Amino acid sequence: MTKTLRFALVGHPNCGKSTLFNQVAGYKAETGNFHGTTVTFTASKVRVGGEVVEVVDLPGAYTLDGLNPAESVARDYLESNDVDVVINVADASHLAQSLELTLELLPLKRPIILALNMFDEATRLGLKIDGPGLEKKLGVKVLPLIASKGRGVRGLFLTAKHIAQSEPNDTPRFVLSANEPLARHHAAQELVSEFVHQGEHTLSMRDRFDDVLLHPVWGYGALVLVLLAFFEVVYGIGRLTEPPLLALFDKLMVFATQPFGAQSFWGTVISGVMQGVAGGVAIVFPYLIPFLLGLGLLEDIGYLPRIAFLMDALMHRIGLHGKAIVPFILGYGCNVPAVMSTRTLDEPRERFLAAALSTLVPCAARLAVVFGLVAFYLGPLPALGLYIFNLFVIAVTGQILTRLMPEDTPGMILEMPPYRAPTLKAVVNKAWFRIREFVVEAWPTLIAGSAVLAILQYFHAARIFNFLALPVTWVLGLPFETGVPLIFGILRKELSLVMLGQALGTMNFASVMSPVQLFTFTVFVVFYVPCLATLITLRRELGTKGTLWITALTIIVALAAGLLARGVALLFLV
Amino acid sequence: MHLIDVELGVWVKVIGFEGNRRFQNRLLQHGFYPGDRMRILRVAPLNGPLLVEVSGREIALGLGVAKRIIVEAEQ
Repeated sequence: MTKTLRFALVGHPNCGKSTLFNQVAGYKAETGNFHGTTVTFTASKVRVGGEVVEVVDLPGAYTLDGLNPAESVARDYLESNDVDVVINVADASHLAQSLELTLELLPLKRPIILALNMFDEATRLGLKIDGPGLEKKLGVKVLPLIASKGRGVRGLFLTAKHIAQSEPNDTPRFVLSANEPLARHHAAQELVSEFVHQGEHTLSMRDRFDDVLLHPVWGYGALVLVLLAFFEVVYGIGRLTEPPLLALFDKLMVFATQPFGAQSFWGTVISGVMQGVAGGVAIVFPYLIPFLLGLGLLEDIGYLPRIAFLMDALMHRIGLHGKAIVPFILGYGCNVPAVMSTRTLDEPRERFLAAALSTLVPCAARLAVVFGLVAFYLGPLPALGLYIFNLFVIAVTGQILTRLMPEDTPGMILEMPPYRAPTLKAVVNKAWFRIREFVVEAWPTLIAGSAVLAILQYFHAARIFNFLALPVTWVLGLPFETGVPLIFGILRKELSLVMLGQALGTMNFASVMSPVQLFTFTVFVVFYVPCLATLITLRRELGTKGTLWITALTIIVALAAGLLARGVALLFLV
Repeated sequence: MHLIDVELGVWVKVIGFEGNRRFQNRLLQHGFYPGDRMRILRVAPLNGPLLVEVSGREIALGLGVAKRIIVEAEQ
């Protein structure tokens, strides 16, 4: 059997490398973890001219001797793995900067192809690039590419295959005598002045868009509109899909437990497993899919960095930078994609802080509890008050955590890419990778946890939870029986509401709980331990220690907020 | 002077950075090399970040970063 050829894609962030990868990658793509960091590379088997090759998409890097994890992944991979051809993807519209990385790659003793991506954009900017001249000077193959439209992709891979299978050529390469950043910078600029000519400059739409979208006043108006539209569409899909899906599961549950009897041991186990499956379905279809597709779309268009620019000043108040706004926005839908999105932040401290604070954001499931208890029994004003109170608690927690974890980086450095038309394939692929992570890693645990709780319930052991939760219920002045729904709420937050009726023996909660108790209970539910699916995601992103810290933090915050809410509620609701 | 003192739209030259090596590298990676020309394109309100143009790219810089970039007016 002949060895599978392996091509590695290397390039700057925003050079369209992942767009190229998504053009060719199939669903079999594998995401690998490197050295235990959360920075990953993705590999996929691709068919090129009747033969299967492996294409590896390395994380975007400005340089190979960079310090951030994404860059060391690229370097370590190129050094340690058997790469047949390095495909260096360059941004043709900003060639000087891309060539700095190329100059760093040239001394490597591996075949290299330089792909000048976004060639259409360069042409639009009036740039004329002398490809053959550059090819001769550098000593490596240079090809134009428009990855977003799929043009030049086939030719690129066929050339790569051809180079990999032919005799190594000994064309002398353009290698700098002093290979250090400043020398590369100057050499790259000289190369550009030699091989790129500035022609007629066509006016870009970008400035006109940014005049509105980054405007000190209109920019925020536009942001509110974009977010409203985003939530309207995404929640809309959730509202449409979740009830019928869960109704279907209820029917299936009755059907599946019937042969054993719903009250029998196996009936209980099966219903527990089905609850876990339903919990996953209730996250994946109504929330993960629309939210991650929506996020991918905003990302592809280039709007996310604009949000970061507008929100940077505000985020500084809670010790974060503008980039960390994304987890907070997503958190209102579901904490799982929120925690996943902290991966894009540069510093471990930022990732922890953003993950910790975004789990305090009330997700759609907690919205259901707020509606079912506070809005239903106490009216819309207390419910709105609870959301404002939530923002206040997040801000205070952020302030305190910032004091405890002093900042070590001076601030945000974020490239503002031009606006681009999104491609369906890239958006779908990005969402798919993250959804698959959840399905493969978090869902099974959710099902197992659900089954264990069901078994405990069968042996009437669930009542232990009332005693376990006694410190909380006693401090907050809640009925003893609320312990079980609180613990089950960790499985899925709506269960706190669903099981409250079971625990109290009535569906009219107001008859057994005072308004103050209802309000305090809801506040505690909003803040304490994120659901199991979020915990598993946290563990994947931050490790066990970080997850335990965040769990402890949420319990402390929930207790403090519950006590505060109890005091406030005593003033207003009695 | 520092980048933070520069007026909107005025071209200046990068002289250097104040900060540790890691910080300097981050700036170099984003195309801020001593000797390069840059200018401020936009400013976000309420002590928000600056949007600057350098080597044909647009980069958002938090105020903490802008305070540490030393620049010089062009002749």
